[in-house]
Amino acid sequence: MSHPTYLNTTRRGFLGGTAAASALALGDRAQAQDAPPLEEYTPEYLSAAEWAFVMAATARIIPSDGAGPGAIETRVPVFIDLQLAGDFGNAADLYMEGPFKPDAPDTLGPQSPLTPAEIYRGAIERIDAACTDEYGNVFADLDPTQQDEVLSALEEGPSTSGNTPDMAEDAGGGAPNTDGSTAFGLTPELKEFFSLLVQNTKEGYFADPMYGGNADMAAWSYIGFPGARGSYAEWVGREEDYPLGPVSISGERA
Amino acid sequence: MARTDTKRDVVIVGLGWTGAIAGIELAKEGLDILALERGPDRSTVPDFKYPDVIDELRFGIRYGYMQRPKKSTLTIRRSLDEEAMPYRRLGSFLPGDGVGGAGIHWNGQTWRPQAQEYRLRTYVEETFGADAIPEDMTIQDWGVTAEELEPYYDRFEYMAGISGQAGVVNGETIEGGNPFEPNRSRDYPLPPLAQQPDSLHFADVARQMGYHPFPRPAANASAPHVNEYGMQLGPCNYCGFCARYGCLNYSKSSPQTCVLDALKRYENFNYRVNSEVLRVNLAEDGQTATGVTYWDAEAEEEVTQPADIVILAAYSIHNVHLMLLSGIGEPYNPQTGTGTTGKNYSYQMNGGTTMFFNDRQFNPFVAAGSSGMSINDFGMEQIDYAAEGFIGGSYMTCGHSNGQPIRGIAVPEGTPNWGADWKQAVGEHYGHSTSLGSHGSNMSYRDCYLDLDPTYTDPHGRPLLRLTFDWKDNDIRMTQFMRQRIEEIVEAMEPDSWQSSYKEDGATYDVRPYQTTHNVGGAIMGESPQTSSINRFQQAWGQHNVFVLGASSFPQNIQYNPTGAVGALAYWTTDAIVNQYLPNPGPLV
Ligand SMILES: Cc1cc2nc3c(=O)[nH]c(=O)nc-3n(C[C@H](O)[C@H](O)[C@H](O)COP(=O)(O)OP(=O)(O)OC[C@H]3O[C@@H](n4cnc5c(N)ncnc54)[C@H](O)[C@@H]3O)c2cc1C
Ligand code: SF4
Repeated sequence: MSHPTYLNTTRRGFLGGTAAASALALGDRAQAQDAPPLEEYTPEYLSAAEWAFVMAATARIIPSDGAGPGAIETRVPVFIDLQLAGDFGNAADLYMEGPFKPDAPDTLGPQSPLTPAEIYRGAIERIDAACTDEYGNVFADLDPTQQDEVLSALEEGPSTSGNTPDMAEDAGGGAPNTDGSTAFGLTPELKEFFSLLVQNTKEGYFADPMYGGNADMAAWSYIGFPGARGSYAEWVGREEDYPLGPVSISGERA
Repeated sequence: MARTDTKRDVVIVGLGWTGAIAGIELAKEGLDILALERGPDRSTVPDFKYPDVIDELRFGIRYGYMQRPKKSTLTIRRSLDEEAMPYRRLGSFLPGDGVGGAGIHWNGQTWRPQAQEYRLRTYVEETFGADAIPEDMTIQDWGVTAEELEPYYDRFEYMAGISGQAGVVNGETIEGGNPFEPNRSRDYPLPPLAQQPDSLHFADVARQMGYHPFPRPAANASAPHVNEYGMQLGPCNYCGFCARYGCLNYSKSSPQTCVLDALKRYENFNYRVNSEVLRVNLAEDGQTATGVTYWDAEAEEEVTQPADIVILAAYSIHNVHLMLLSGIGEPYNPQTGTGTTGKNYSYQMNGGTTMFFNDRQFNPFVAAGSSGMSINDFGMEQIDYAAEGFIGGSYMTCGHSNGQPIRGIAVPEGTPNWGADWKQAVGEHYGHSTSLGSHGSNMSYRDCYLDLDPTYTDPHGRPLLRLTFDWKDNDIRMTQFMRQRIEEIVEAMEPDSWQSSYKEDGATYDVRPYQTTHNVGGAIMGESPQTSSINRFQQAWGQHNVFVLGASSFPQNIQYNPTGAVGALAYWTTDAIVNQYLPNPGPLV
């Protein structure tokens, strides 16, 4: 396995001084503080092979290089594992009665008989098999360029999406529609995999840290979102950088 | 197991906005009332309290307050020949569930339709000739007028504590308000919300171009307010978590903040939660309802609840579903155009242009649900339908209603959806973009309607509702017209770059991205039992003791968000029940 070096770096080590400084303000509610380094994390749902896939794929979806944290430092894989182990993964809220027509037009919404957790399982197995055929290695062991090739092929169709939020009353940005991919032997039941993976990666990056990702609220700090402050009456109409860093729901500050 | 409970004067199905209004107005009359709500109980504390409520993943993304498709959903198709598929996961619209309904998690954008919207068919025929209406367009008059409803809009707005700038009061146009609004009898109860720099920039430019910008009317209190029921609102703190969330601050008008605690003090009012109504029961001759049957989830049994008056307040699509299941009215037939239940479903035609201002700071998280400056210069009464070749209109707004990051950060066209470039783009552009959007009407058509699905069923074994709907040329032309007007304004606002997203020729309805929870029609009000389900008092034509509240009454969609009209009509109907129906029960028309 040729893991990139950042996989071997603990969260604390990676964030260096910033994390150490903010740790002083954390108090006892800071669970992330006690979280094991990613490579010691024991997944709740994902198998070892699936965990390796999710680690590698999210590291390409939100890479660590350049400005801002990546999916790995923000512990997105933990978020995804916990989501798949819970109500989201089990389709607890979804209508799951048949008959199922998974090849119905994408625009009629997901029609797979599989839960999101089952979609991850089925898709990762097939993609790893296809990668082994094509490149001689499972996805996690490909080099980043090959991994990007695979992800682009999974995304299929236009690899760009200008994300233009509608001015719906609830404007704030539309989720981009990534049409499901049938590449890599993904049957229609699994076609939503790639869009789920990208969506869940972004969720883990930006959700409150209590869900396992967005470690140290680093993704919020990066874009300048103050998190769970929720009180800005004195700030309306002022065109200045907001001076306070984010807080989390549990009261941590970054 | 099954039981029959003792008879009530009134049973109300659903305890959201309309159910709460009907509840308190009829409770004041001393009637013995039972409201049945399918979802859980909800109060500001503990359900919406800080900080737990401002959890984007749980409520904004996983829809913690909304209807769970597992328990209740519908099927959707785009044409009569397509096979309808279940709406398995929420997307395009997000119906409410639990006490308060969608009234807890709306944004609060509160409007009054223009006068001609209530008499649209007549207006178009008179002004542009009958030929202006395409053959398959089934628009109708509502049977009520803006003048008749004005006092009820006033009631609703003062009850809900709406913040806004009046445009036309007693015939006088007021600078800074919407000069195209219908005449109102007095100002809004509260002054308008303060605005963000992006909205103010738009307003300046629009004014220079000769347009008439005004602050979007808001059910987010700009100042303290006490309403007629003694309920108090505190000033909105622009928390940035409005739609999809309950308000943490007693500032958003909702059944909870404006009605329910006052209502619960009436001993003659009771409500039950986790009690889903399965059908309305009709007398043997079908001429009246005898009550409802509901599922008592706690006792795990069906309950027959007799009542003298049945009020459907279950949200538009659920009202229609219950009517179809109960044999209220003849189901609409799209081939023959006969029947009325399910007829004229319509939606909302929106589009928008995103602008990037690289050197400006808009702090999008500083937002109330109804923040923004609007213009209505291209409203339904402002457009020459003959010249433009479409029927419709819109209002346009610039601003943010939230800055939540998972729900999407605008990035320039061409940016990949993932990878290093995506990460860089969200870092660069968060806080430095805004949008100018069009919120437009949607006409009704012969083949856009609601009926029962032949295949899929709900946990009670009832057929799901089936929605047949698609975008039509008329409305696509309308939104493309708005796009041109918006792009002119956008150019004048001088952003670094911009990009547009409007429905284009051939667009089909995509149920996945959120659009609006403005599902209207299906149990439409009107002037004759041949063409409408309910009369001008929202009373079923065939069963005089059944009243149907909600946007299901709209014969086609208005250019605005629906709840102003839904609330005014709820007051109009309860007034008719109290002053006309109770003294003399029978058809009011
Ligand atoms: C995210 C979002 C944003 C919105 N923003 C705006 C806005 O800015 N402006 C605007 O005008 N409108 C907005 N709306 C729409 C607004 O919320 C609705 O118009 C309004 O709540 C409708 O009131 P109602 O009484 O008809 O339905 P609701 O308030 O939804 O109440 C219906 C109630 O009936 C219950 N029910 C359903 N079926 C049954 C049954 N069989 N038995 C028992 N109970 C049942 C439901 O659980 C629900 O509690 C928004 C909606 C959403 C979801
Ligand atoms: S924006 Fe204002 S009204 Fe809306 S939820 Fe926040 S505090 Fe309440």
